[in-house]
Amino acid sequence: MPSGTNAPMTRVALLGDEALAQGAIDAGVSCAYGYPGTPSTEIMEYLRAAQERNGRPLARWSANEKTALEEALGVSLCGRRALVTMKHVGLNVAADPFINGALVDIRGGLVLAVADDPGMHSSQNEQDSRFYADFAKVPCLEPADQQQACDMMADAFDLSERFHVPVLVRMVTRLAHSRAPVQIRLPRPENPLQKTDNPGAWVLLPAAARQRWHRLLTLQEELAAAAESSVWNVETPGDAPWGVITTGLARNYFLENAPQLSPCPAHLHIGQYPLPVAALRRFAAGKSRLVVLEEGYPFVEERLPGILLSAVEIRGKKSGHVPVEGELDPDNIREVLELPNRPAALPVPQELPGRPPQLCRGCPHLDTFRFLADALNGRGPHLVASDIGCYSLGALPPLSAIETLVCMGASISMAVGAAEAGMANAVAVIGDSTFLHSGMTGLVDCVARRVPVTILILDNGTVGMTGAQETMLPSSALAPLVVGMGVPESHVRVVTPLPKHHDDNVRILQEELDYPGVSVIISRRECLEWARRQRREATP
Amino acid sequence: MGAPAKAGGDTVKCDIILCGVGGQGVLTVGAVIAMAAAADGLEVRQSEVHGMAQRGGAVLSHLRLSDTSVAADLIPRGCADLILSMEPLEGLRYLRWLKSDGVLLSAEEPFLNIADYPSPEILRAMLDKVPGARLVPAQSLAQQSGNRRAVNMVMVGAASIYLPISRLILRDTIARMFASKGNDVVARNLDALELGAASAAAQARSSS
Ligand code: SF4
Repeated sequence: MPSGTNAPMTRVALLGDEALAQGAIDAGVSCAYGYPGTPSTEIMEYLRAAQERNGRPLARWSANEKTALEEALGVSLCGRRALVTMKHVGLNVAADPFINGALVDIRGGLVLAVADDPGMHSSQNEQDSRFYADFAKVPCLEPADQQQACDMMADAFDLSERFHVPVLVRMVTRLAHSRAPVQIRLPRPENPLQKTDNPGAWVLLPAAARQRWHRLLTLQEELAAAAESSVWNVETPGDAPWGVITTGLARNYFLENAPQLSPCPAHLHIGQYPLPVAALRRFAAGKSRLVVLEEGYPFVEERLPGILLSAVEIRGKKSGHVPVEGELDPDNIREVLELPNRPAALPVPQELPGRPPQLCRGCPHLDTFRFLADALNGRGPHLVASDIGCYSLGALPPLSAIETLVCMGASISMAVGAAEAGMANAVAVIGDSTFLHSGMTGLVDCVARRVPVTILILDNGTVGMTGAQETMLPSSALAPLVVGMGVPESHVRVVTPLPKHHDDNVRILQEELDYPGVSVIISRRECLEWARRQRREATP
Repeated sequence: MGAPAKAGGDTVKCDIILCGVGGQGVLTVGAVIAMAAAADGLEVRQSEVHGMAQRGGAVLSHLRLSDTSVAADLIPRGCADLILSMEPLEGLRYLRWLKSDGVLLSAEEPFLNIADYPSPEILRAMLDKVPGARLVPAQSLAQQSGNRRAVNMVMVGAASIYLPISRLILRDTIARMFASKGNDVVARNLDALELGAASAAAQARSSS
């Protein structure tokens, strides 16, 4: 529950995501853009609630992460501060403006809040966004708790304006979705509108791009110096002959166990990147062993051997002392700290049946999957390529209705590939929001090459999986849109996924499967969660 | 059977595993306890589950209350004072977090949305192996309170006898949460709280 107040030095309980959003407000952000994705969604929801209350900042969902970041670049060029929010895989979509955005002359601070999902609670991979910051050669801040998530935002915007580059703030699921009291500061005023006085630095034609690249490379030394003196990189002395390096949440898991360590190792916590090389060298000096605890890939651990001046034994994920897969927790770091496992206090029952997530009872997708199954029945070989949303759960038995989930928008393009490889009955199943995010470009390929693909757009009017955010365009816009893109009007069919229409829907889908060209079937019925939310908002 | 308590005399620490099935209101239960604890001057950390799991899957939340600072958002294994579950199977799922004299407090009614849910006999046998297991007839108590949907508040009430939070502050928190819905709704939720508390207290007495 986002707190309503923004008074100076109040203490409110906030999710990590909300704390970060509050920090952005306090840092004078003017515009925020994003695309919903667990675990980042609550950042924008908090900002949107703030906008509703106070009129500022502007907080908007965008069609996808790439447009969101490009919109933010436009804000920055005009001198104002901009925040972009996304989940980790969203940064793959926004990678183009991100890498190139490091080359332009950032004016108003530009901060990306990117939420990684170690453990893959709600994602298809565990990618570590620190590598992206490193790849783009821009600073990265990594909060270790809710208070830092709030406080770091001021620094993130300042760093961005000081060095004229975007700054990435890396969240992880456990911080994004954990609530703690946070002290809020006095808000800083927004920047005035002031267009860049260096427009040439925004035109990355090769000659200019070479200059900008040169500048980014020479800037690296200053970014490293900023990290050396950063308040987010903290050393705590100890009396053991070995030391512990932590980043992000790993700090807390170490501190949870530290009282049991005697003698206690010295501790270096890193919250600002690029890595503070001198601090790491100082810390390592005279130590026989370094333990590295970090959430995500072994980013620090992999770089340490190249940084340290003498050979020190390094233990962490790469060395096999800490699990490489999944999240850290207060227990799975005990081995590397040479603490015994906490024994199970009680006999734990073996083999309890799992309880995987499933579609809501009465969900429109269930009816769509039923008529899809019946329409394909007996047609021989087929591919049902699908996408990301609630309907992804259709992959699980007993439905087993879809066969692929790779990345946002891939359903249509993969069905195109399958059809061109010779597969009959190539079907794409995609949600309305995912279609607008990145399915449309695949449809352009379909239309341009007249590929025989049958596309089912599951139009439930909302982004269901992430808690029913509104889609970018209303349902009524979908059919004209696909017709406008060149799908013949007679092959754009709108159906209602309800049991009473089942037989009609099977017949319509079969007709379109028979048609040797592109057809789009819009299966339209409201998400129940969305309807519930609408009702809740309607009652005072 | 001491659940949370003022361990060592003066420090308060209460680590709670909250669990259930997506849609059962696990997060609401957590929010009430967390808000009341904060109002009572305790440090609170609450790790929640959002996203995919909320669609009818197993939902787990770690709630840590303390009068000193809390380091980690997650509770170490074998250290939870209380498992508070909205249905029995989910409570059993997180037993490795419970300390040896901890309490497993669960609503009695199974949530059946999977085909291989254990039979009542098997479930009973598993619960019997847990000395601190207590089942609350949450749905019938909610019915009694005049609000079938107050199962959450029944469970908050049942948990309240193990929480280091004053009942008064808990009542006050609930009253504030439901204030906009009118006095009647507030009163019924408070009734549900008391029914849950009485049920848990009676069980605690009979098993001690
Ligand atoms: S949230 Fe909406 S779309 Fe998702 S499963 Fe429930 S009803 Fe279906």
